[in-house]
Amino acid sequence: MPGDLREGPIVIVGASLAGLRAAEKLREEGFTGSLTVVGDEPHPPYDRPPLSKQVLLGMSAADTTGLPMRRDPDADWRLGVRATGLDLVGRQVLLADGESLPYDRLLIATGTRARPWPQPEQAALDGVFTLRTREDAGCLAERLAAGPRRVLVIGAGFTGSEIASACRERGIEVTVAERGTAPLVGALGGTLARLAAGLQRAHGVDLRCGVTVTALCGNDGGRFTGADLSDGSHIDADVCVIAMGAVRNVEWLADSGLAAGPHGVACDAGCRAFDMYGIVTDDVFVAGDVSRFPHPLFDYQMLSLEHWGNAVAQAEVAAHNMISSGPPRRPHLAVPVFWSSQFGVNIKSVGVPTYSDQVVIAQGSLSERHLVAVYGYRGRITAAVTVNMAKWLEYYQGLIEAAAPFPPAPGAADGHPLVTEFALPSDVPDPRGLSHGPTVALTGHLPDRRLTVVRPAG
Amino acid sequence: MAVDTLLERITDYANRPDPYPLYAELREAGVARQTDGSYLVGGYYDIVALFHNPRLSSDRRNRAGAYSGLPADEEEPRPFIRLDDPEHRRLRSLATRPFGPPHSPGRIDAMRDEITRITDELIESLQGRTRVDVVDDFAYPLPVSVICRLLGVPREDEPTFREWSNAIIDSSDIRPGENLGTSQRAGNQARAQMGRYLVDLAEQRRGHPGDDMLSAFVNDPDPTGGLTREELAATAVLLLVAGHETTVNLITNGVLTLLRHPDQLERLRREPDLLPGAVEELLRYEPPVHLLERIPLTHVDVAGTTIPKGVPVVLVLASGNRDPKRFRDPDRFDPTRRDNQHLGFGSGVHICYGAPLARVEAQIALGALLPHLTTATLVEDPPPYRNSAVLRGPRHLPIELAPSP
Repeated sequence: MPGDLREGPIVIVGASLAGLRAAEKLREEGFTGSLTVVGDEPHPPYDRPPLSKQVLLGMSAADTTGLPMRRDPDADWRLGVRATGLDLVGRQVLLADGESLPYDRLLIATGTRARPWPQPEQAALDGVFTLRTREDAGCLAERLAAGPRRVLVIGAGFTGSEIASACRERGIEVTVAERGTAPLVGALGGTLARLAAGLQRAHGVDLRCGVTVTALCGNDGGRFTGADLSDGSHIDADVCVIAMGAVRNVEWLADSGLAAGPHGVACDAGCRAFDMYGIVTDDVFVAGDVSRFPHPLFDYQMLSLEHWGNAVAQAEVAAHNMISSGPPRRPHLAVPVFWSSQFGVNIKSVGVPTYSDQVVIAQGSLSERHLVAVYGYRGRITAAVTVNMAKWLEYYQGLIEAAAPFPPAPGAADGHPLVTEFALPSDVPDPRGLSHGPTVALTGHLPDRRLTVVRPAG
Repeated sequence: MAVDTLLERITDYANRPDPYPLYAELREAGVARQTDGSYLVGGYYDIVALFHNPRLSSDRRNRAGAYSGLPADEEEPRPFIRLDDPEHRRLRSLATRPFGPPHSPGRIDAMRDEITRITDELIESLQGRTRVDVVDDFAYPLPVSVICRLLGVPREDEPTFREWSNAIIDSSDIRPGENLGTSQRAGNQARAQMGRYLVDLAEQRRGHPGDDMLSAFVNDPDPTGGLTREELAATAVLLLVAGHETTVNLITNGVLTLLRHPDQLERLRREPDLLPGAVEELLRYEPPVHLLERIPLTHVDVAGTTIPKGVPVVLVLASGNRDPKRFRDPDRFDPTRRDNQHLGFGSGVHICYGAPLARVEAQIALGALLPHLTTATLVEDPPPYRNSAVLRGPRHLPIELAPSP
């Protein structure tokens, strides 16, 4: 690599998964200059997926999910300090403590935060939680351990459903309120959402779909006591978890001149950020949940992903490109993958299930709760979701990458004749009608040309 | 030579010591149709694609008429290695219940001390000897003791089930053009006898369980239904046979490979932390299982060739492991190799059930042998090989040890 690329100071804003992996990759590829990692949380990088699973179940303490380091990135860690601004011309990051950090190249990996309940005074009631950070998970786990009479979960996306699952596993009564037609419908479409709804009810969840929560109620002591629903009913509960999706941490970039908005910071396939005129920068890079990038498998629509695997893959590409110039730069082309465990099943997805018009059960069946659902758009395969059959996913990833014809050829050993040949509408709803945010968002338009807004009502 | 005789040449005993040039010829050809109509596949990516394709069956009952061999019912009951989902998944998950996560996450780890103890005893018995057969004196007895301990089978019954095991392995070998009727019949008979023997052992433990797996199968069944008597027989036979016919190759191939690469042997002795990576490299470089058969349930396309429904496809794992399109410098044995996603344990839903145990056994065994190997020499190179082309490994591996000082 050219000498100047190996040396100039690099600043990474964001000290979670993407920030850490980028820092490690920079060193692995020979970057020898000064490296600063800024994070607004006071902790070294930690893993979030266990927070809604093992931590809520009481199997692990919230402070035990620290991310292992592949190598010491030899970085100056500025933890507990928020970045407040970016000066693209002067090439410096402004910090909340008044300091400014000059950079030669910058990586933005500020991720997302939990979408808060819109009424601040209701959100401040004792017993109302969101779940994003280690502190959130620790406090919520403590409340669950204390044995509340009922927990209300608002939003039946992946996080909300995993929280409800943990509650049931601990024997706690739980009500889930979702504005959409079923849990997970925003990410998986109608067919699997019906399976998810059945699972929740079979595990004793009081699932309320097609309703919104109109008010959180408290007593004189400021404690949460229950909530009013749009159908006129009232839920008595001791704990409320707001699981209404994520907000991208872009406010600090508002005056920077970068193309940053509610969908994240737009970048090219090489992770280079766009400025607000759509001109690509050459010294500012983006990775992880805060990024929004074009993907050739999905008609170059800009994708916003909230996936662990994407954060790792994109951070590595960004780091490589930060210290490379010209042709050695790589594109970020990884096919989106995510997983969830809830109500005793493992759900894993590859591709973009919402980028579809049809779905078919290619292996297994809904009744067995072992299945592979394959999604297609205009005759080609764009996604697959497995329930308790994750070992088959790799095959379908190959079909997605090859734009193989949809529906897939029948004949699987565990495929059911007729079922495997009958494609159904994939029934992907407009995300505006959901309480939960989709964790995969096409931020251009859905295949049927509707404009999407990833900010749910509520 | 014509590529349509490759399977005959690969299975020809004369080529057992070094089949790798034949594998290179196969990769050159892509997919090779054989004179009997079956197909050979040797490219890494093609093999992986077939492993993951749900239209490829492990169940020989799906062979087309000309390839069907014996009437299917003689092979009942079938172990999960020869079944497809959903039956395969059901039986494998029941078999996993006392063996690994989620129900028994600590099982293998808890075996470490026992494996180390057995290893140390075997090494102790070699003290003072200058001539050792690595197979008979070490690599065979170690996994046999471990699998007996794990399943709860008396070690002293080994001579009995060794005979059964030989007959079972012989019946599952791949030998083109040969009438397998006799060996299949002998194999089925051995399978039935071994099954009865193991089920009887399990039944003796009903009500008073030990910490072995046969006890767990009868005393702690899955709440939704455990294994039937027939399924238990098939599963236990599979575990006992697989548990001691494969790891022996891994350990023996390991010793042979290290003695052929004294520089790497010396390096591993100095840096034992490299051992886990070295075992992975052995699984790539000299895998215990070379060939696996699958049957397409529909016409299946591989690398531009359409393989018809019902016609056997032989996946040459050991060839995929040496594919230069996947592994840089593939014929080099490099214990520090990174990105080593070999096919030594297969891939997909049938990926080796016992892999975690085999890894631990090989790491402990080779680690304990290393100090004794630095002054050892091979008596014969190549050594005499086992008959099987599928489970390829030395039958004997005589070595000379330097006399103790």
